[in-house]
Amino acid sequence: MLLINCPYCGEREQEEFSCGGEAHIERPKNPPDLNDDQWADYLFLRQNIKGLQYERWNHSFGCRQWFNVARNTATDEILAVYKMGEKPPVVESNDPITPCGEPAIGSGNFSTSKKS
Amino acid sequence: MIKSPKKYSVFSLVKNAFSYHENWQPAWKNPEIKKEYEAIIVGGGGHGLTTAFYLAKNHGVKNIAVVEKGWIGGGNTGRNTTIIRSNYLWDQSAAIYDHALKLWEGMSQELNYNVMFSQRGVMNVAHNLHDVRELKRRWHANRLNGVDCEWLDTKEVKKFCPVINTSPNIRYPVMGATLQRRAGTARHDAVAWGYARGADSMGVDIIQNCEVTGININNGNVTGIETTRGTINSKKIGVVSAGHSSVIAKMAGIKLPLESRPLQALVSEPVKPVIDTVVMSNTIHAYVSQSDKGELVIGAGTDGYNSYSQRGGFNIVEDTIMAIVELFPLFSRMKMLRHWGGIVDICPDASPIISKTHINGLYFNCGWGTGGFKATPGSGWVFAHTIANDQPHALNAPFSINRFSSGELVDEHGAAAVAH
Amino acid sequence: MRLQNNKNIDQTKKISFFFDGKKYYGYEGDTLASALLYNGVHLIGRSFKYHRPRGIISAGCEEPNGIVQLELNEFTEPNRRATEVILYQGLIAKSQNRWPSVKFDFGAINDLLAPFFPAGFYYKTFMWPPKFWKTYEHFIRHAAGLGNSPKKDDPHKYEHYHYHCDTLIVGSGISGLYAAKIAATQNLKVLLIEQENQIGGSILSSNNYDNKINGKSQSEWKAKILDELNKLNNVKIVTNTILFAYMHYNYLLAIQDLQPNKGTDKKNLIRQVVWKIRAKKVILATGSIERPLTFNNNDRPGIMLANSVSKYLNGYGINLGKKIVIFTNNDSAYQTAIDFHYRNINIVAVVDVRNNLEGELPLKVKNLGIKIYTSSIILDTSGRNKIKSVHIKKINQNNVKILNCDLLCMSGGWSPTVHLFTQSRGKLRFREEDSCFVPHQTFQDTLSIGSCNGVFDLKSILNETFNSVNNFLNTNEKESLNGEIFDSEVTNTGKQKNAWLVDKENISKSKMFVDFQNDVTAKDIKIALSEGFQSIEHVKRYTTNGMATDQGKTSNVNALGIISELSGKDISSLGTTTFRLPYTPVTFGALAGRFVKEFFDIERTTPIHSWHINNNALFEDVGQWKRPWYYPINNEKMDDAVNREVKATRDSLGILDASTLGKIDLKGRDVSEFLNRVYTNAWSKLAIGKCRYGVMLGDDGMVIDDGVTTRLGEHHYLMTTTTGNAASVMSKLEDWLQTEWPELEVYLTSVTEQFGTISLNGPNSRKIVESLFPDQNFNNENFPHMSFKELNTDGVPCRVMRISFTGEICYEINIPSSYTLSLWNKCISLGESYNITPYGTEAMHVLRAEKGYIIVGQETDGSVTPIDLDMNWIVSKKKYDFIGKRALTRSDTAKEDRKQLVGILTVDPSIVLEEGAHLVEVETSIPMPMVGHITSSYYSPNLGRSIALGLVKNGIKKKGTKLIVPTNNKSIEVEITSPVFIDPENERLLA
Repeated sequence: MLLINCPYCGEREQEEFSCGGEAHIERPKNPPDLNDDQWADYLFLRQNIKGLQYERWNHSFGCRQWFNVARNTATDEILAVYKMGEKPPVVESNDPITPCGEPAIGSGNFSTSKKS
Repeated sequence: MIKSPKKYSVFSLVKNAFSYHENWQPAWKNPEIKKEYEAIIVGGGGHGLTTAFYLAKNHGVKNIAVVEKGWIGGGNTGRNTTIIRSNYLWDQSAAIYDHALKLWEGMSQELNYNVMFSQRGVMNVAHNLHDVRELKRRWHANRLNGVDCEWLDTKEVKKFCPVINTSPNIRYPVMGATLQRRAGTARHDAVAWGYARGADSMGVDIIQNCEVTGININNGNVTGIETTRGTINSKKIGVVSAGHSSVIAKMAGIKLPLESRPLQALVSEPVKPVIDTVVMSNTIHAYVSQSDKGELVIGAGTDGYNSYSQRGGFNIVEDTIMAIVELFPLFSRMKMLRHWGGIVDICPDASPIISKTHINGLYFNCGWGTGGFKATPGSGWVFAHTIANDQPHALNAPFSINRFSSGELVDEHGAAAVAH
Repeated sequence: MRLQNNKNIDQTKKISFFFDGKKYYGYEGDTLASALLYNGVHLIGRSFKYHRPRGIISAGCEEPNGIVQLELNEFTEPNRRATEVILYQGLIAKSQNRWPSVKFDFGAINDLLAPFFPAGFYYKTFMWPPKFWKTYEHFIRHAAGLGNSPKKDDPHKYEHYHYHCDTLIVGSGISGLYAAKIAATQNLKVLLIEQENQIGGSILSSNNYDNKINGKSQSEWKAKILDELNKLNNVKIVTNTILFAYMHYNYLLAIQDLQPNKGTDKKNLIRQVVWKIRAKKVILATGSIERPLTFNNNDRPGIMLANSVSKYLNGYGINLGKKIVIFTNNDSAYQTAIDFHYRNINIVAVVDVRNNLEGELPLKVKNLGIKIYTSSIILDTSGRNKIKSVHIKKINQNNVKILNCDLLCMSGGWSPTVHLFTQSRGKLRFREEDSCFVPHQTFQDTLSIGSCNGVFDLKSILNETFNSVNNFLNTNEKESLNGEIFDSEVTNTGKQKNAWLVDKENISKSKMFVDFQNDVTAKDIKIALSEGFQSIEHVKRYTTNGMATDQGKTSNVNALGIISELSGKDISSLGTTTFRLPYTPVTFGALAGRFVKEFFDIERTTPIHSWHINNNALFEDVGQWKRPWYYPINNEKMDDAVNREVKATRDSLGILDASTLGKIDLKGRDVSEFLNRVYTNAWSKLAIGKCRYGVMLGDDGMVIDDGVTTRLGEHHYLMTTTTGNAASVMSKLEDWLQTEWPELEVYLTSVTEQFGTISLNGPNSRKIVESLFPDQNFNNENFPHMSFKELNTDGVPCRVMRISFTGEICYEINIPSSYTLSLWNKCISLGESYNITPYGTEAMHVLRAEKGYIIVGQETDGSVTPIDLDMNWIVSKKKYDFIGKRALTRSDTAKEDRKQLVGILTVDPSIVLEEGAHLVEVETSIPMPMVGHITSSYYSPNLGRSIALGLVKNGIKKKGTKLIVPTNNKSIEVEITSPVFIDPENERLLA
């Protein structure tokens, strides 16, 4: 159960929000010029990052504003929130040690078997 | 295929009892990694192990490795609610899932390993007129596709599953259900172990605690993988890494139409037999069956955001329990014993990808979302075919990655919400 | 009588209860376990697999054996731990998993057959003949399971309670209480949670003489602190409350038993409350759990954890034995010997696996003259239903000595209760010197103190609590606070010795239980390892170790130790299995809380709902809305009612409550541009006062919604959406505006609930609006189809649209919700002379199907484009872009032989097809290739025959051809037609 700091309302329970997936995917301005693959790229293909992801959230049971969140998808830590149209902030995240692996701290219940 | 002294039977059990069970052979070995394999399967879950098994068994591929970052069967294979059914709407889905169901029906004997496939039926319950219409559409489609399916009215639902609340006065009353009698459940861990043992006996190297960190590509051809235990070469790489498919794909510069979401499930404390079938309600999100051990096995919905953390929000669990108590008020005083989460990779059309890629020798089998367990043997069977022949089998041709460009989706979300 | 100076028992209040039908007595303050033990009842139940006799081994939530079926009928609960059940008058409990009785159980034959049931035996057998698995499984299932599920509805209620605090402290032992005191002085809002019914934790098992704090016995110290805390407003203390989940961002869940000693006397009472806690900081003081030792036949009733025996002695005043033996690998069990000494009860012997006893407790015991066998182990025990003797021997020697006893206290060391810490995603470290996992790295704002942090001696606990709590809370005046002072003489503790397997050589021939409830022995673990199950998770799943209802609280670490010894790997390299929530099992009903029955999901009703009920309507659930389905008169059957409603509407006048349709108010300079982008057709030229139908697509080109939008003013529009999609359309529109097109000035407001909508349909509908709005001319010239006027009736402003979903002349009146019912009543009375007929959703479906109008979600399923619906006319060719446009030209989406909307008429007009049925060109054997399906199907009373709509492959070109609908038992011949069955020229609509 995340606690999300809506840039308009402040900290609220996750249940008030809905997630809109990966952020900064702009709808193409010239759809007729794109081929089917390019359209599919916009419509369906996603980075689906393990680690730091910039994503869209909507305060749907609140101010109903969309905004962006930087979140580590390996640990669910929210690292920053920022308004639509703003540039994604540079944040430090506790990324997985290896591409598929667990972060140094925070995920799962690995004890000492993972070096940290 | 499995020969003594490894073959399991009542006799081997009795024989071993007299040697205090000190002489059992390992179900699978702990092999040294070779420099090169004919094919490498990335991911030691059910789908990966079956792929290796059928590559060896059906296609005579001799030199295969299954590379697993943790322990085999430790991902979604060991984290699901073990429901097996094939009553899908679209022809393409029904075909591949029913192929899987047929393999389930002979699995224990094929593997000489009891996976406890229990055909106690799956009931999909309708709660409003829209559900009735959609479930009947599926029922008729199944019937004509040769997938066993029956329609039960409310009285028949009550007769088949006496503990379900069929009162007309509840918020969303039961208005009927489809029943697939060949459907049921299995012992999920045993599926991974049984296929691992079968694959091992045909010479497949099962390599655990070995994480893939890179995919080597030369001139559009795959040449091998980098792992935490070194480079392993192969001209054919099949990736079956479920929740982490996008992470592996990124190593090959491929973007997939996937989102990895938490999916949660739970069991109750064990009780004596009380529910003898699998009940699924999409409308109120209740999925329940009882394991052989006596635990009620309950599936929840996915969370609404991407996460690899193997845990989700507790509100999802609460919603599920509400639905269970609504449909089965007598379970109110039972208790949640254990809860867990998995990472499911979901495609926009809720159908899988079993496909070649634009890189020669690199194949992906992913996007099974919340429904992969039931497809385990069928998925491996067609994926083995695809890898061995470098072209899909007719059963998985519709599940190509190209469908997202052409628009030829296999949309198993079912109909959108009713709207009138 | 109980021993004096016990901590829990009120001997003036005697309580009677029943166990397995026999009446016993206990006292207020007892648990069911303590009361049974006081009555000499050690045999409580039978184990899961071998049906071995089992007794209580502990005094808390870690109890694996002492589980019972509590109460009868609707109050019954399976698998309750006797150690957690607070005794109350008239309590009824039964032993489980035995037949016919706990003393004589047929299932015990499994114990003799145990050699044939090793770990994993299920996977190796029951495979032949293949068909027989179901039969085998039937017996396996009936042998498995513990208690019985209730058979009746739960008579009790449950609540959820939200709580925010600065500091949450979990556990009220010495460190928890001390932390609460420190936090309280900082003026923080403090919540202290205790799982038992008394504050105190380990204080409850302590004697009154040793380990004093500030010169007071621990009980006196506790009383003083509690007294201070109770005076403060910023501290809340709750007992009988177990914290069971620690989730993201210090969100924690606890379950409180509100009526632990009320029993079954009241129905409808609130039994349990789930606390949903958001804490700024969390202090875990959850204590530790004593581990059993693993030796042959270590599961007999009368073999118990040493500290639990002390708790029964000091807390409940019960002496559990006359001939007591203690078996230990560490110093703490010696305290039990000392506790017995204070009660003038003698110990037969202490058996210690260690050679050198350096600690002061063993020294004290030795000085008391108690026999200590060092470097010794227990090889075996005897006694079927209660322990009778132990067989001991010196390590590396062969002489076996038999000691008679009636109670064996064991201690295999302590496991810090790190469950919640790991749930919070903290990482553990294995501490070799005393073989326990301790908190290592915290992930959230969490502090572990006391024995759950691996700090076991009182002096260190007090120091550590004082220092780390002050640091954690950033207290300013730390210097001015006085720490509590420990003033006992015994401080030095000896080294613990690993004793995972005291008799390693005989594993395979012995029953050394690790997981008592699931009957997992050391041998099972050995088999799993030898069969290649090397990962701790594999061992767990193969043997089921740690998967019983106690979730391995006493078995998980022992299993790790055994794996370590057998495989030669360090425990720290093995890792642990995941500590899953909940910490202890949680009632489903409590998790559901109030959200059951009528509160399961909200019901949305229209302003006219009461009228519908009074007029006998049956309702259809559409999303959360309750919509009138049809209005039977005098026991009319559904078909008759619907036919009557349909016919009356076409013949004269029907009235529909259309309030559930989504209504979105759009204002701003750029609305028409916005509509151009979200709808497929062109909106720039829509005049004020005009209405237009629109179809909305996703960017994948598939239809997601449809509806009529009206231009109310220069920069003011009203959009209607389908009932089911109102919320999702609103969200999608907001999404586009805020994230893609912030340059557009458009303001969206949902007004669905602000207006009721009354739809008057039929040739006489004009008569009604003329009466309602006498100043307005409703002829086609002044008020044509697809136009709108703002009118007043009785001084109430109404928005009147002439639009139609029936193909008849229709006026839809939007009126503020508070006036909707009175307008409806007025329409009904005005319409009396025209046989005004209220119709429900079913008649609405028939009427629109007669005209070939689609319903999104019925004719569409997320895979249908407007082209597939034969609605080319609504897809603008001129617009450069709109949502969904690009996708329509993808290679598959642009195919000409996709499934398309058509009308379907049965050759036999009396047959009404089943919705959802499929169409084929020719009947073949199964599988039969299908070419489409029936989306809508009704009997049309106006046509006197059945009609249907469907999606058929290449259907538009197939009009006039015949197809077959194969049902269960017959084949129905049908003809593909136009989907418009009535008034294709729209003469009625435009009349």
